[in-house]
Amino acid sequence: MNGSAAIQTSSLLIASSLVLVTLFFSYWQKLKLEKETLISVIRAVIQLIAVGYVLNYVFGVKNPLFTTFLLLFMTFNAAYNAAKRGRTIRHGLEISFFSILIGALVTLTVLLLSKTIHYEPYQMIPIGGMIISNAMVALGLCYKQMTADFKTKREEVETKLALGTDIRASSIDIIRDSIKTGMLPTIDSAKTLGIVSLPGMMTGLILAGASPLEAIKYQLMVTFMLLSTTAIASFIACSLAYRAFFNARMQVK
Amino acid sequence: MSLLEFSHVSFTRENRTIVNDLSLSIEAGDFLSIVGPSGSGKSTVLRLCCHLISPTEGTIHFHGQDLMRFNPMELRKQISYCFQMPYLFGDTVRNNLEYPFLLRNKPVDPDRLEELFAAFQMSTSNLEKEIQHLSGGEKQRIALMRSIVFQPEILLLDEVTSALDVANTQIVEKVIEALNQAGITILWITHNPEQSRKYANKILTIDTGEVRSLEAIR
Repeated sequence: MNGSAAIQTSSLLIASSLVLVTLFFSYWQKLKLEKETLISVIRAVIQLIAVGYVLNYVFGVKNPLFTTFLLLFMTFNAAYNAAKRGRTIRHGLEISFFSILIGALVTLTVLLLSKTIHYEPYQMIPIGGMIISNAMVALGLCYKQMTADFKTKREEVETKLALGTDIRASSIDIIRDSIKTGMLPTIDSAKTLGIVSLPGMMTGLILAGASPLEAIKYQLMVTFMLLSTTAIASFIACSLAYRAFFNARMQVK
Repeated sequence: MSLLEFSHVSFTRENRTIVNDLSLSIEAGDFLSIVGPSGSGKSTVLRLCCHLISPTEGTIHFHGQDLMRFNPMELRKQISYCFQMPYLFGDTVRNNLEYPFLLRNKPVDPDRLEELFAAFQMSTSNLEKEIQHLSGGEKQRIALMRSIVFQPEILLLDEVTSALDVANTQIVEKVIEALNQAGITILWITHNPEQSRKYANKILTIDTGEVRSLEAIR
């Protein structure tokens, strides 16, 4: 890549003063987000520096088992966070882990078989991270929507149950609604790619000196893989999670 | 043996007792009106009957067998519940009236649908009507038709005439009376004192989840 724009540490320090703008607005508008903002900035700095060193090490270890272990660790963390959004969902952690795992597995397998990427840590870790975190956000939205729907649409579900319907058919509209809610942000962002924003990966590649056409190829790959992982993970998670809203006697809890 | 028997049934939710120590026998062919102020636990009694909720204390027997021993899906096909707020699904009236056939893996019987429309004095052309174009009263009648496409043993009615005008109330009352005369046991919540006495052979009065009286009037 030619013409790469390296950032000086001093420039970064000056740029960090932009955080003061956020703090000023929070204080001025009494948003009470000052503490939260400071914590998030400090965490971002520490986490990213740490991960920079870790990645430096990880990319040097060419052991596929180690790469697999890291991907599983990332999946577990994502599942743990997604499950927190659906506290009322029984086995939320297991469901989230399984859904994200299958979603990531299918997508990565297609990318590997098509030779779009290779099972190298410097490719698998960042790409895995992208799809796993996207699936995590999608599942959080799915669970939130599902929990809200089972509260507001209880009578609809019970009407179907009262006719002698099983719990899946009684909840099918809620399941579909929740899957849609999980997928929509990814679909919306795909729709507006290049119009509203130049996405992170593409911007990064261009800043690093890659040609825009080369960057677009990568971005399209990212878009496709995010769409497929989100769809698979949302579908599996919602298809399993709705059961948590019923007891063994097919009654809404 | 009673058709449906409540033995010391209580139902508590979030530390609030909604039904307290209810004992009641319902015989086959009974027409029971359930009356009482709003929030007295009337709908909860119906929900207990079709196993949408289970008692927190006591037992309910159907044909002498504990409800807990029935497959809930099969039980609810025999004890049908028509809600106060009719909820129709799918796009058209047809989707709703064909649903009970699909549930039972049976071919749709057009004659039965025609019979139902005739009983409710509605045209069969309504079958293709989109549910969003139905009035509140029409929705209620379609929901009731859906509950009786296959005749249940017990029909639970939760203020089903509250959204209907006088003429449609009379039509629905006639259908319900005919169903009872055909042997279907009816449990009917109504706020209308005249309506509660006109057709019922028993009147159950509930207040704050407790039985105030059970009166046999025929």
